[in-house]
Amino acid sequence: MTTPLSDKLRTGWKRAVQTARLSCGVPDYDVYVQHLRTHHPEREVPSYEAFFRERQAARYKGGGGRCC
Amino acid sequence: MQAAIPNSGPASKILWAAVSIVGAFCLGVVSLRRGEPINAIWLVAASMAVFAIGYRFYGKFINSRVLQMDASRATPAVLRNDGLDYVPTDKWVVFGHHFAAIAGAGPLVGPVLAAQMGYLPGTLWILFGVVFAGAVQDFMILGISLRRGGRSLGNMLREELGPQAGMVAMFGVLVLMMIVLAVLALVVVKALTHSPWGTFTVACTIPTALLMGVYMRWIRPGRILEVSIIGVLLLLGSIWLGARVAASPTWGPMFNFGPSALAWLLIVYGSCASILPVWLLLAPRDYLSTFLKIGTIALLALGIFLAAPTLQLPAITRFIDGTGPVFQGGLFPFLFITIACGAVSGWHSIIASGTTPKLLDNERSALLVGYGGMLMEAFVAIMALVAAASLHPGVYFAMNSPSALIGTTAQQAATTISQWGFVVTPDQLLQTAKDIGENSILSRAGGAPTLAVGMARILQSIIPGEGMMAFWYHYAILFEALFILTTVDAGTRVGRFMIQEIVGLVHKPWERTDSWVSNLLATAICVSLWGYFLYQGAVDPLGGINTLWPLFGIANQMLAAIALMLATVVVVKLKRQRYVLVPGIPALWLIICTLTAGWEKLSGPISFTGAAQKYAQGLAAGKLLAPAKNMAEMQRIATNNYVDMALTGLFMLLVVVMAMFALRALLQAWRSVSPTAHEEPYVALGSVPG
Repeated sequence: MTTPLSDKLRTGWKRAVQTARLSCGVPDYDVYVQHLRTHHPEREVPSYEAFFRERQAARYKGGGGRCC
Repeated sequence: MQAAIPNSGPASKILWAAVSIVGAFCLGVVSLRRGEPINAIWLVAASMAVFAIGYRFYGKFINSRVLQMDASRATPAVLRNDGLDYVPTDKWVVFGHHFAAIAGAGPLVGPVLAAQMGYLPGTLWILFGVVFAGAVQDFMILGISLRRGGRSLGNMLREELGPQAGMVAMFGVLVLMMIVLAVLALVVVKALTHSPWGTFTVACTIPTALLMGVYMRWIRPGRILEVSIIGVLLLLGSIWLGARVAASPTWGPMFNFGPSALAWLLIVYGSCASILPVWLLLAPRDYLSTFLKIGTIALLALGIFLAAPTLQLPAITRFIDGTGPVFQGGLFPFLFITIACGAVSGWHSIIASGTTPKLLDNERSALLVGYGGMLMEAFVAIMALVAAASLHPGVYFAMNSPSALIGTTAQQAATTISQWGFVVTPDQLLQTAKDIGENSILSRAGGAPTLAVGMARILQSIIPGEGMMAFWYHYAILFEALFILTTVDAGTRVGRFMIQEIVGLVHKPWERTDSWVSNLLATAICVSLWGYFLYQGAVDPLGGINTLWPLFGIANQMLAAIALMLATVVVVKLKRQRYVLVPGIPALWLIICTLTAGWEKLSGPISFTGAAQKYAQGLAAGKLLAPAKNMAEMQRIATNNYVDMALTGLFMLLVVVMAMFALRALLQAWRSVSPTAHEEPYVALGSVPG
């Protein structure tokens, strides 16, 4: 019933990486790939590098900004 | 619908009763014990109890009654899931992201400045301000945006208050941003003035970021963690190297700059940075600053818990009468203007209606992210206050008073400050400067250096060692400068887009952000706007912060007032007017504070008008007034004060105009029998295909 500690650690680490990336404006790549596969199977799946570049440019396109 | 306070078992009742008693006892110690210094742990414990109670009772009340968050309702992330901007995300991940976006230099600087009145007024305002105003604003704007497809504050204002109100607010945000950038850049200038060590390490962030940018673009694309570790190591190396550079007779002077030279360097830097491709400079520095910020806040919390410093500053000083050297003006309204971020910050309403509402997977999580995130920020503000209040009061005032008041030598400063009732010897001031590896600690207003000394003391007491204090001091300066400069870069870019949008309304071609001509012109306008105020602050006789921080506070609280007015109008439009006071009282309070502070800055003894007239009259009579050294400087001081006066007037006008728009919408909605808010229709969570 209880999940082994190693699984918990793995999920925790994944969440931490996800938070760190999101704080820098890069959403989860695996989630995006999953989304494309289910909803837009006709579209080409970009490589992580291409995905990263696109998100990096999108973050600073104006709007929002950050706090003082 | 859930009940306001969910039924709780006896165990939970006993727990909350215990939290309340402990909290009340700690708060009692903090507020009532006089004459003997208290330990910071009392203050930290009292804050944590207040936050827990505020979250559990008031936060939950707003959640279930005022916003009526519904766990069965699909959020924008679910409805518009595109895997990029709209992504249903784990609530703790969203919490981390939201906190990283709202935490900045503001909550670290304001409380340090407000410490001139003692630690008690600032503490009470942070605690009660956050529970009843700041967290309410962040949470309500997040909740309202969640019901509107994650729309931005500007969009929601246009929709709910009318298109003109949206325009006025957009203009207000632009002006606020220019003041924010100028004041934050000024904090960096104040920290680096005649500090070759600090200047060298901060300058090193530029090549470090460029290196990281190239690495991430071509060598190992997209490996953020890896490159950030390399970056942090390089920065730590540059702190170590900085000590050698500062000590060297050839290299030291090359990094030794006065305030106006530093201001020019920042202006030139800001212009270049906002034109360079983002991947080269801005993005890598953004990553570094995000990680360093979170890491340092955690380190400070750990330090305070382990070192448990004693608060040396009195609970209340005599400067609550408004004669303080750090900023002028009495407790009301200036305390509430000086501590903006940390208690209530208008800027958060932009984040809470930006990326965050597009990520929440369930309305149930909004309480944690919106209300809880702001409580965390208030905790950072409390820690900054502890760091400042744990310094020797004499050292605190020496660092934060302008040289026009305390002179330029340790001897003069110690004499003046001792006369104020905070007995300090010149040796103590010189020793502190020596401990942190600087030549002087005098007149370094702006919060960053004071916080850095406080942090260095706290960290040194848990990790002692020869020269460690100087290392930690420069580490703290570097960390603050790093994220302030990132804000300046990113802000200049955002400001440029806003200028292009506004000019684009009149002259179409300006909207094109791919046109080099309009990009360069808009950047130039943006940089000269904040650059003007930065330069004015750098050469200001009262040290700049004294003049500009109130302007910043007024502007930031103006935006908070606007956000809370929107929340008030929406509550009435939803026909939940019995809860109108929840956002209504803080909105009214902020309107009163900004207008009173604005009025005192327009007329009376501490006003910009008074200062402008004094120098203009001196100029007419051909009489030189200190600290101006010639007639041209006299002229400049007079002009700057007239500009600040006009700006204050503009902010007041903005508040009044927005209040009228809000009142009109509110009355209309009150008379209407049915709800008139622009909420999107209910979609059940279960009905959306995954």
